Amino acid sequence: MNEHVVQKLKSRFGEGTFEFHEFRGELTAVVPRDQIVEVCRFLKEDPDLHFDLLADLCGIDMYTPVKRFGVIYNLYSLKSKHRIRLKTFTEEEDPKVPTVSTVWSTANWHERETFDMFGIVFIGHPDLRRMYMPEDFEHYPLRKDFPLMGIPGSLPLPKK
Amino acid sequence: MGLENALGDSFLTTKLEDAINWCRKNSLFPMPMGISCCAIEMMAFAGPKFDVSRFGSEVFRFSPRQSDVMIVAGTTTYKMAHVVRKIYDQMPDPKWVIAMGACTSSGGMYRTYSVVQGIDQFIPVDVYVAGCPPRPDNLINALMTLQQKVQRGESRGSSTAIIGDLRSNQPKPLPVIAG
Repeated sequence: MNEHVVQKLKSRFGEGTFEFHEFRGELTAVVPRDQIVEVCRFLKEDPDLHFDLLADLCGIDMYTPVKRFGVIYNLYSLKSKHRIRLKTFTEEEDPKVPTVSTVWSTANWHERETFDMFGIVFIGHPDLRRMYMPEDFEHYPLRKDFPLMGIPGSLPLPKK
Repeated sequence: MGLENALGDSFLTTKLEDAINWCRKNSLFPMPMGISCCAIEMMAFAGPKFDVSRFGSEVFRFSPRQSDVMIVAGTTTYKMAHVVRKIYDQMPDPKWVIAMGACTSSGGMYRTYSVVQGIDQFIPVDVYVAGCPPRPDNLINALMTLQQKVQRGESRGSSTAIIGDLRSNQPKPLPVIAG
């Protein structure tokens, strides 16, 4: 099945577009940032592939000078019981990725969570607000340069 | 019925303060501030097996305006701290606080940016309970410890715990670690 998905993606988007990895039967495709929505829509709507469930969407901080932030999409097909993982990377100065909430509605809150924790901005997201942290919080806690115990004074306590 | 039979036609003398504190300690209405897993043990504490009604605290009040003691049972995040404080502020004096479990008392295993490392940073705590979560027995122990404080007219949070404010110039009582 993995070979079939790879073939499908290559024939639709061209040979050099993706970087494929396979580890213990798990297929991962690194997708260029600008094509992520197109690729997701193809994977979902192609009757043969039918990746209709976005099982998870999360962020990652590689803490490297280039391609620091990434977004990872874990897809599942309820029909063929098959999985694929997509990755896309973005730069530290301008951490922006197009939203896939137009493809799967469930991506809406996942992207809000990723924005809250990593500060990755999802272009075209309908309601990009913080999810866990207070709305006036100014930092992104899951970034590697955020201290474990937080920044003193950034989260006010009520007066005693 | 009990007291009349025991006393017969005789009578007792006591101080009004002691009589009122005796009434208070045997009718402490808890405000269940069940934030996370400690709340399950708190429910067992109120349920028939551990039966806290033996100590006069069976009436869990979900309105802070009708309660005397707030049992903060669970991990308190910075976001939740404002809610806890607001509810505490709505409780009428005299009022007491039990910090139930490791997370509530010290942050516990959540040594992280989002969790308050001990609720005594924003509300005065009378009794701390150790455990993760504490067994209901331990919470009963905390309640009994609190009853002793109430009998002595001590409260960390309110100055009007004592009738007539006789001891209001004295230093605040120390918190107690139960169990």
